[in-house]
Amino acid sequence: MTAIGLRHVTVELGGRPVVRDVDLDVAEGEWVALIGPNGAGKTTLLRSIARLVPFSGSIELDGRDTVGLARAELARLLAVVPQEPSTPPWMTVGEYVLLGRTPHLGPLAKEGLRDRGAAAEALARLDLLGYAERRLGTLSGGEKQRVVVARALAQEARIVLLDEPTASLDIGHQQQALELLDALRAESGLTLVAAMHDLTLAAQYADRMVLLDDGRIVADGGPADVLTEHLIARHYDASIEVVNIDGRIAIVPTRPTVG
Amino acid sequence: MTPLWACAAVAFLVLSVVVGVLAGPIDLGARDVLESAAARLHLPGFTSPLSPTEEAILWEIRVPRVVLAALVGGMLSLAGATYQGVFRNPLADPYLLGVAAGAGLGATIAIAYLPDGLRGQRALPVAAFIGGAIAVMLTYAVGRSARRERDAATLVLAGVTVAAFFTAWQTFVQQQNSETLQQVYSWILGNIPSTGWSDVLLILPYVAVAAVVIIALRRVVDVLNLGDDEAASLGVNVRRVRLALVVAATLGTAAAVAVTGLIGFVGIIVPHAIRLLTGASYRALIPLSVIAGAGFLVLADVIARTALSPAEIPLGVVTAFLGAPFFALVLRSTRTSAA
Repeated sequence: MTAIGLRHVTVELGGRPVVRDVDLDVAEGEWVALIGPNGAGKTTLLRSIARLVPFSGSIELDGRDTVGLARAELARLLAVVPQEPSTPPWMTVGEYVLLGRTPHLGPLAKEGLRDRGAAAEALARLDLLGYAERRLGTLSGGEKQRVVVARALAQEARIVLLDEPTASLDIGHQQQALELLDALRAESGLTLVAAMHDLTLAAQYADRMVLLDDGRIVADGGPADVLTEHLIARHYDASIEVVNIDGRIAIVPTRPTVG
Repeated sequence: MTPLWACAAVAFLVLSVVVGVLAGPIDLGARDVLESAAARLHLPGFTSPLSPTEEAILWEIRVPRVVLAALVGGMLSLAGATYQGVFRNPLADPYLLGVAAGAGLGATIAIAYLPDGLRGQRALPVAAFIGGAIAVMLTYAVGRSARRERDAATLVLAGVTVAAFFTAWQTFVQQQNSETLQQVYSWILGNIPSTGWSDVLLILPYVAVAAVVIIALRRVVDVLNLGDDEAASLGVNVRRVRLALVVAATLGTAAAVAVTGLIGFVGIIVPHAIRLLTGASYRALIPLSVIAGAGFLVLADVIARTALSPAEIPLGVVTAFLGAPFFALVLRSTRTSAA
């Protein structure tokens, strides 16, 4: 079943088209990595799916047009992990994760048992149970990242959009974060769409890679189909070699002058 | 931890009110005041030991003044905390959107141009309220005419613009009518008037509505504090909720300013002191600010009217004079844990 369906989606920012006529279908339970050079439109495309920027064309989630949905309904279908989430230093981890319950509450309502249960479960699944009383200002980058993912999980949306989920993490924490997302996807059948910069890591986790350049989809398929020397050289303007080690794809930069 | 802080805040307010009611040039005595209160409440077996004059001092001057100070202090702290959360700006104060400049212009025009009979206690608050309300509406109109993105920052800039315009106009009117300088100046410095219950009744509805709306929405302030995009992706209708919060805070502030003039510092210092002491998020910070702000202004007003009695020190002077060292102390003692 199709979780996300985009038809002729175009986004203009300041009169300039940033996403151009994008058609994309993401199946339920799929992990799609959005790749492409800086300024290709990855973040803007994610923002249009979350209805955070005006767009033309149509976007459907679980077959429902997002334009007709109330904000809270949309947020029950789809959670967003932004690239630079704001994490007020005085907030406790428990309070922050509970904010994920907002779309399930009226504007005047208080969290109930059900909401506290969902938040506790999200904390448990991210191995954060002992952290509930900790303040966000005291956490490391990797811990913060987990807390933000826990908030998205507490939202109990079936679709999660992630913008550069590993941007601020070292290689060990990048791996842990992606392993975790993959495990969560397997357990709960989440659909994940993640904008990613690290092509080698993306290839290891995503089922499918969508390459954007200048707002258009220029390649779409399995990692082996998209990560070719020709496509990467052309769209990233990079000099690389694609190495295949027992079926694992690695992108190795080569210095053009040294050859 | 929060319930403890709530008890502490309530205790602070009760203590301030007791001090506020007992302090004054005429010593009424705590026991007599209690018996008079009991008699007012028609408790059986109590009659007031106070003379009619003392009764009038207590119930027509002191108690309403304490209640008015509590309402204004609570309102300014509430508005400050709300603006700081909604606009994600720790320096936001209750006068952010031009209320002060508008109210100042309204008051100056009333003092300069209204005939003597209309001036003074009756017309001044009304003129100040109208000026404040017009300034904020203008701020909103200017903010909305700008591009739609970056809504919160645009609104703050519009507030700065409108405030500059109204302040210039106010200064002009004031210079043209230099005989009003003294009166305008003393209004700008702020004070709690001893006008009995009429001012309390004038602002009570606005303060009550503002408090109910903001306290009901206090959880959402924490969500808005994450920024427009994150709040929207958590299912909040950002524009609508922010409008409700800002209108409530502004209306309450305009009412308070209309009666007391500009009392600075309360709206910034009280929420920040509470944040530093308790580390509370907005959902707890907002109600705590109301209670502690009420107590703070009652105490400040006691000092304003007793320190140089029978003269009064402008309340804005007292709040900053007391508040700044206290706040510096809080900053200093919590600098490690609040980082």
